[in-house]
Amino acid sequence: MHTQARVFIRTALVYLVVAFMVGGLYLLNQGLNLSDKIGALLYPYYHLLMVGWVTQLICGVAMWMFPPLTRERPRGDERLGWFVYAALNLGLLLRVIGEPLQAWYGGWGWMLAASAILQVLAIWVFVIAIWPRVKGKPIFKPKTTPSEVK
Amino acid sequence: MPRLSQIMLRTALVWIAVGYTFGALVLYNKGVPFWPWLWLLRSAHVHLLLVGWLVQFAAGMAFWILPRLDPHGSRGNERLVWASYILLNSGVILAALHDPLAAAAPALTSLMIAAAGVCYMLAALTFALHAWRRVVSFRTFPR
Repeated sequence: MHTQARVFIRTALVYLVVAFMVGGLYLLNQGLNLSDKIGALLYPYYHLLMVGWVTQLICGVAMWMFPPLTRERPRGDERLGWFVYAALNLGLLLRVIGEPLQAWYGGWGWMLAASAILQVLAIWVFVIAIWPRVKGKPIFKPKTTPSEVK
Repeated sequence: MPRLSQIMLRTALVWIAVGYTFGALVLYNKGVPFWPWLWLLRSAHVHLLLVGWLVQFAAGMAFWILPRLDPHGSRGNERLVWASYILLNSGVILAALHDPLAAAAPALTSLMIAAAGVCYMLAALTFALHAWRRVVSFRTFPR
């Protein structure tokens, strides 16, 4: 598994743990009524799980196991993958921090707007990067021609 | 990757792009309100991403990588998967259109969401019928 896929998948695993911590805290609060503020963590919990864990895991696995683009550049331009990683995670963190802050104190709406732009850019770039790799079994031309072999 | 998986995965990629666009509009509007109507896209965002993206992507991958049925590489009855593909995407479109159109045509949209539910049920059933026989332990075919 190449470095980029490992980074995506390990980050996804971190989000899985964090999401369940937040989700567990939300359930604890439902049972024990610890604080009214914890209710604002519901949407961050959903998105930690669905964006941070599920979507990021799928992106990492797709980049790893989809058919190679060409023999020379099997994964295409890897800079696109790094952009996806940075924008998706920065966008998600802005949302996870900004949404409770906005609910509790107000005035943090800009974080949600920035998060929206970063996440949608990340996904558009992911689609552009992975689209050419959704294809049949690659048939690479041999590097040497039969006459050269002789 | 078989043709049908390519079609399912590419459709899933279209839905993730559209679903995230709707989600971004809803989230942006939550932080910096500019058009209250955008909140009506929230339900479409959920259907597009949970069913159109996640379920369809998983089904497309499963059709590709589950064990084949014979030494010739047969994947079994592909018509069931085609039916599942059409039903699932019809359901996604009907469900996604429900909330934005609900205010304009409530009677029509009630039928639409009910039809979406039926499409989802049949899509799951047809895909499971196809995949069931391919969930087998490791085996080697005689060459």
